[in-house]
Amino acid sequence: MSVIAIENLVKTFGGVRALDGLDLTVEPGEVHGFLGPNGSGKSTTIRILLGLLRRDSGQVRLLGGDPWRDAVALHRRLAYVPGDVNLWPNLSGGEAIDLFGALRGGLDPRRRDELLRRFDLDPTKKCRTYSKGNRQKVAIVAAFASDVELYVLDEPTSGLDPLMEAVFQEEVRQLTQGGASVLLSSHVLAEVEALCDRVSIIREGRIVESGTLSELRHLARTTVTVETGRPVTGLTELPGVHEVRPVDGRVRLEVEPEHLDALLTHLVRFEVRALTSTPPTLEELFLRHYGETIDSDRQAPAGGTR
Amino acid sequence: MSAFTGTGRLTRLALRRDRIRLAIWTLGSPLIGYALAESVASIYPEEQNRIGYAEVANTSVVARAFNGPVASTDLGAVVVTETYLTLAVLAALLSTFAVVRHTRQNEETGRAELLGAAAVGRYALLTAALVVVVGANVLSGALLALAFVGAGLPAAGSVAAAAIVGVGLAFTGAAAVTAQLSVTSRGANALASATVGVAFLLRATGDVLGQPAADGVRLVSAWPTWLSPLGWGTQIRAFDDERWWVLTLPVALLVAGVAGAYALAERRDLGAGLLAARRGPARATAGLLSPAGLTWRLHRGALTGWAVAVAVLGLAMGLAGNEVDDMIADNPAAAEAIAQLGGGAELVDAFLAAMLGLFALTIGAYVVQALLRVRGDESDGILEPLLATAVSRYRWLGTQVAGAVLGALALMLLAGATTGLGYGLAVGDPVGWTVDLTGAALLRLPALLVVAGVVTALLGALPRLSVASSWAVLIVFLLLGQLGAALDLPQAALNLSPYTHVPSVPAVDVTVLPLVVLTAVAAALLALGLTTFRRRDTPT
Repeated sequence: MSVIAIENLVKTFGGVRALDGLDLTVEPGEVHGFLGPNGSGKSTTIRILLGLLRRDSGQVRLLGGDPWRDAVALHRRLAYVPGDVNLWPNLSGGEAIDLFGALRGGLDPRRRDELLRRFDLDPTKKCRTYSKGNRQKVAIVAAFASDVELYVLDEPTSGLDPLMEAVFQEEVRQLTQGGASVLLSSHVLAEVEALCDRVSIIREGRIVESGTLSELRHLARTTVTVETGRPVTGLTELPGVHEVRPVDGRVRLEVEPEHLDALLTHLVRFEVRALTSTPPTLEELFLRHYGETIDSDRQAPAGGTR
Repeated sequence: MSAFTGTGRLTRLALRRDRIRLAIWTLGSPLIGYALAESVASIYPEEQNRIGYAEVANTSVVARAFNGPVASTDLGAVVVTETYLTLAVLAALLSTFAVVRHTRQNEETGRAELLGAAAVGRYALLTAALVVVVGANVLSGALLALAFVGAGLPAAGSVAAAAIVGVGLAFTGAAAVTAQLSVTSRGANALASATVGVAFLLRATGDVLGQPAADGVRLVSAWPTWLSPLGWGTQIRAFDDERWWVLTLPVALLVAGVAGAYALAERRDLGAGLLAARRGPARATAGLLSPAGLTWRLHRGALTGWAVAVAVLGLAMGLAGNEVDDMIADNPAAAEAIAQLGGGAELVDAFLAAMLGLFALTIGAYVVQALLRVRGDESDGILEPLLATAVSRYRWLGTQVAGAVLGALALMLLAGATTGLGYGLAVGDPVGWTVDLTGAALLRLPALLVVAGVVTALLGALPRLSVASSWAVLIVFLLLGQLGAALDLPQAALNLSPYTHVPSVPAVDVTVLPLVVLTAVAAALLALGLTTFRRRDTPT
């Protein structure tokens, strides 16, 4: 049974359709990357999963239950790190961690101390004096010290430095080794590439792409650069080959993955001397879905499009 | 670039942010002033009525404590006395909150950092806040003077009466300093509000200890009044022989406060305060680790402050109760005024009942303030991670309601006990009176339950309007209770307030039915609030 199963989810705020038929599935034990720019509906989806917002229509199952109706029972089995962590200004960080742990159903004190040490967080400071990164650490420590089945992380590392980012990634791996599932909303693509088993890309309230990274790569073109003894001809007539252009005596082109084999068969006739093939990066995948938005934003008159 | 660069732009920004608040502020005071002037003119049309009023007001300890002295038997002087407390405290608190909002709150939220990185001088933020707040006070004062003139009062007196804005100026100076001292806007507001409280107590003490002048109508306030900015506003003696020089006192305090604030701003880092942030424990104690424990922790500071104020006021009022008989023995008008507030036949009982009624109204503000924290936490994003834990919405809101109600109960019992103790000490039966008045105070609780019910229902059903509408409801209850009879409002209107229905013990006998009905109404409102809170989106 899936940890998270969302079908055709719709949520509107006034006249704005924040979620427009969203589908999302997270399987047990996986780290699922949830990618999309600000305002695409990531946090709204997460708030519906947490029973904070009511869905207008669609099916949502979380750990086998209804996130709105069974909120309290489900919340014992998950931990949440918000993107923008706000805390009680007059409580110390340590008190806030213990409080969140207790309200969730208890935390492991040894794990808590280990996490405090690893994230280099001083628990005696009052929450009002913490920087954004330190407030995020408080939420991360409180969540990771809880032994739960699902971790819902909404842009958890936006305030962390690279050192802490590395610690964060190690800790997430440790969680999944214990069998937990993670929904990781992020726009740090390197983090998603490093951690996630599967990725869903959201755009304007819908999932536009979902799958493992290699599956997603199969949907995008591979860049091939080839150096041959004789000039290559007939490339543009090949199916699935695009953007052919000469570069420093070599030829660079993009090819759809299913036509790679035909391309290689064609190329060997021209005495191949060197050949590199680069699969698309996550960034390229991401921009493929958002490129047109960016372009149209650029062309739009000042004042924005949204 | 000078230290003041950017002040003009920041002033416009502050005006833009506060355009609605400022409009309500600057127009609200004149409107209240005009309405009350008209109503006073209709109640006390003749000099003879006003002599009676002044004699009562200047002999009654309660009237002296709350309204201050009546300057003369001129119609304007009566208007000033009736409006002074409301307008002066309003000016003081609005000025305080506005100064803090545009200084310390900007630093706390990081907006000041963003602005400071632009071409903005070190003093610009503070200066812009001062320009806006001083401007709002002066404008509101000018309009108030026009309103009094419009109501047919003499010009010179109207201008002097409008000097109530002086109170706002004095507290603008105080808030400018507290905003430098505390690292949080909440702390700065608390410090500045505490100075308003102290100023009120000083003025009340000075006026209670005041001596009647030779003519038997006027009152000469004792020296503590002169230590209080709230006292200065009354000592101008508008519509009598105006003492214009008194106006220099608030202006001097403003100048001193502003100078102090600039000096402090010069010496500290952005975001830092002079009251250093203390460290806390690395681990939570078991007592904190539940919604109830958290609620107690978050409210105990405010509750302690309220308890101190209530106890001091209760003792003072109780002790004063003993004078009521002597003071009013030969003044039927005063007796009637107290009887109107407290009800019943026995003057002392009426007085004590009226005091408990005032406490119940004031403690209503505690209930509203404590419960509205739910909305504050929701807007600040604190509620979201909290409701993502295994705490149900019923449990969370229910705990908040229980905390506010128990706090109100404790304050009400304390009010009854201290008033009883004070009066009992004066008449030689401390235990008996303490028990009696504690019981009488307890009977007011259903009215406070209704207040809690109204706020809870608003939090659930109208979250975005809950803050403004909760305070509006309490102010309506206050006006109906304190001015309803004076304004000759129909009983149907007075019945809207739960405070109308709680039995005015010890002045009248206990009646059970209204208590039961009020509790039922409160329960229905609470149920409505809890259900709607469960069913709505958060945050909204």
